Amino acid sequence: MEILALLTSGLLEALEPLNLLLIVIGVTLGLFIGAMPGLGSVNGVAILLPITFLVPPASAIIFLAAIYYGAMYGGAISSITLGIPGASTAVATTFDGRPLAMKGRASLALVTAAIASFVGGTVSIILFTAFAPMLASVALSFGNPEIFALMLLAFATFVGLGGDDIPKTILSICLGLVFAAVGFDEISGEPRLVFFGIPGFLHGINFLVLAIGVYGIGEMLWTIDTTRGKITTTEAKMSVKGVFADAKEGITQGWRGTSIGSFLGFFVGILPAAGATPGSLMSYGVAKLTSRDPGSYGKGNPDGVAAPEAANNSASTGSMLPMLTLGIPGSPTTAILLGGMVIWGLTPGPRLFTDEPAFVWGLIGSFYVSNFFALVINLSFIPLFIWMLRMPFTILAPMIFVLSIVGGYAATNDMHDVWLMIAFGLGAFFLRKFDYPLAPAVLAIVLGPIAEPTLRQSLLLSSGDPSIFFTRPIAGPITVIAIILILLPLFGMIRDRVRRREKPAT
Amino acid sequence: MSITKRTFIALAGATALTATFANSAAAFEPTKPIDFVIMAGAGGGADQIARFIQSVAEKKKLTVRPLVPNNKGGGSGAEALIALKGASDPDHTILVTLNSFFTTPLRQENLGIDVTTFTPVAMMGVDPFVLWVHKDSGITDFDQWVAKVKEGGYVMGGTGKGQEDSLVITWLEQNFDLDIKYIPYKGGGAVAKDLAGQQIMASVNNPAETKGFYASGDVVPLLAFSDERMPAFPDVPTVKELGKDFSYYNQRAVVGAPGMSDDAAKYYQDLFQTIYDTEEWQGYMESESLSPLWMNPEEQKEYWNTQIENHKELLAKMGE
Repeated sequence: MEILALLTSGLLEALEPLNLLLIVIGVTLGLFIGAMPGLGSVNGVAILLPITFLVPPASAIIFLAAIYYGAMYGGAISSITLGIPGASTAVATTFDGRPLAMKGRASLALVTAAIASFVGGTVSIILFTAFAPMLASVALSFGNPEIFALMLLAFATFVGLGGDDIPKTILSICLGLVFAAVGFDEISGEPRLVFFGIPGFLHGINFLVLAIGVYGIGEMLWTIDTTRGKITTTEAKMSVKGVFADAKEGITQGWRGTSIGSFLGFFVGILPAAGATPGSLMSYGVAKLTSRDPGSYGKGNPDGVAAPEAANNSASTGSMLPMLTLGIPGSPTTAILLGGMVIWGLTPGPRLFTDEPAFVWGLIGSFYVSNFFALVINLSFIPLFIWMLRMPFTILAPMIFVLSIVGGYAATNDMHDVWLMIAFGLGAFFLRKFDYPLAPAVLAIVLGPIAEPTLRQSLLLSSGDPSIFFTRPIAGPITVIAIILILLPLFGMIRDRVRRREKPAT
Repeated sequence: MSITKRTFIALAGATALTATFANSAAAFEPTKPIDFVIMAGAGGGADQIARFIQSVAEKKKLTVRPLVPNNKGGGSGAEALIALKGASDPDHTILVTLNSFFTTPLRQENLGIDVTTFTPVAMMGVDPFVLWVHKDSGITDFDQWVAKVKEGGYVMGGTGKGQEDSLVITWLEQNFDLDIKYIPYKGGGAVAKDLAGQQIMASVNNPAETKGFYASGDVVPLLAFSDERMPAFPDVPTVKELGKDFSYYNQRAVVGAPGMSDDAAKYYQDLFQTIYDTEEWQGYMESESLSPLWMNPEEQKEYWNTQIENHKELLAKMGE
């Protein structure tokens, strides 16, 4: 009951004219920042942080949280319409969003993304409101062995998927892991894999550089090569009636992915070190894995759009939880928000809920309001995004190329990364020609930097004994599930062999 | 009392401000945005400080061109040092440093970086190290802690090997004859979280990194590596009280690129003096438990030389 009273006062605060105005502006700004390839919520929040000194702290964080929210919605837009992930969190959205757009169903993908985002956001806020203090202790009970087990599970969801060529999937994962290892070894404190001593490799390979290279440049080259420029994505049409039809179709086909993404995304989001990007990739993997028709994923299944979109919104709320209750950011964006809170003179940590209830509940209230406005604003802009798709491919292709380059530069402000991105794009084009799946490489470069140190830290803790992953109460079951998932396709292969052998005999 | 102090600081700030304008009009003034390089990734301690400084400069309109934060945390700060060494416009390139300013060039000699060629700008404060344990360990003072560690199997966490935390923990091991299992983490925040979750048994976090858990009573400070007792923890003894001549701080300093012109150096020194004197910065130092250690440029150079020697010795002892 106390929670309801606090929530009501929080909602009232969020609906104050100044805060409401900031929410609307923030969500709209976030939507466009998220839609720009390379620019994600991290950049948006970092750039606009100084502006917030003009308003009280509660309004400031409401504004920044609205940008964060808007960017989560916006990231899907360029993933779907252009095939370039608008933000790191929307990489998984390209897997099915782009094929849908190519089929002329961009509006279905966009509407599904918006609805899934709304549901994911709402579910996570409700979980947040009801269980915040309890979940904080869950986050604390996740040590290195637990996080590693979770990362293993994430890899397993991708390897264990039937359909794709498994040796090629593993090779793609290995490539991603090598790229993830470039730069710096945080355990030994030494630089490593700094190719040719080029200083640009010292900061490692930002995974947006790989993702934009693969999905922006590589994909575009592949499209040009296969269609010789005769591509038509102009069938996309838009009407009010269409939106409702699409909404209905999106809900009926995407409810499973939405529910998986909403809960899994939230859970991954509350773990410090993880964040929205691994959350959305894992949700995509799980949605595909548990689907009755995994083969339709990657070819334009609305469920494949709904799962990552629900997850990234859900995870972005989730990652606020360790930031507020533990003072530990769950994602790069919350790291900046945390810095902001220190600047505003607040101390994030276990006492924040008791010391600053007005601030905390105002923020929670604003989540509900932002989420609602993000849905409305997003839906109302969809015709504009569809209109972009009606442009002839001869105009769209160079535009995608330019946006990719700008996006690659914006990610790290380093020309080195632009060249690297172009190299990745060319590499991806050839790998694609030889039917190598590239999503696993992108997954690996996201999860590698989390998996590697936690693996090594765990083994340091156990003096090299790998049983640490099986004997701990939380890590144990997760590891076992992950291993079963990895071995599943192997069982499948053996079964097929046995059957084939039996057939000639009978 | 506090009012007079505040007024004084404000006055000092105002004077410094006029001084800045008077000087800059005659000599140097930035003609384009200032590249404000940060020797750490987004969200860490050094990054928070840099963004706080930027916010003060912005709020008080202290610079004609903006300070643009530029995170270059790669290679334990090597990336930032290389960027400064090769800065195309040294007059518009400054760096927020931590102790990797000293350790990274020593540990990665092939970088060919000599930090004494950098331009001193301002020492914004130093961040002392403190030994922390979890409250459930029942340990309340340093002697109990030593006894507990001697029982064996003790696990501590800290930042990467060869960085600040590991130097302090190695010092503890060598001076109190201890054997500690050291788990390196990416940053102080992750260490603080794992201490609160009892994944590790103790840490040597800076107070700012763990103050949330200190406020909630989850973690207990045992020993300060500062020269004198810290105002925020008056009951916590210092290493010097144990009869060992040792203290260890993380520096929060701003330096200019090598080859910065004297006029530009003067401009930034005045600018950061102004920021240092603001009520905001003074309040920040207090809330984040930073110790003041203001130095003029010559003293800073002197300080660098002693720190380089100290770190050489510490790293040698670690076997690096």
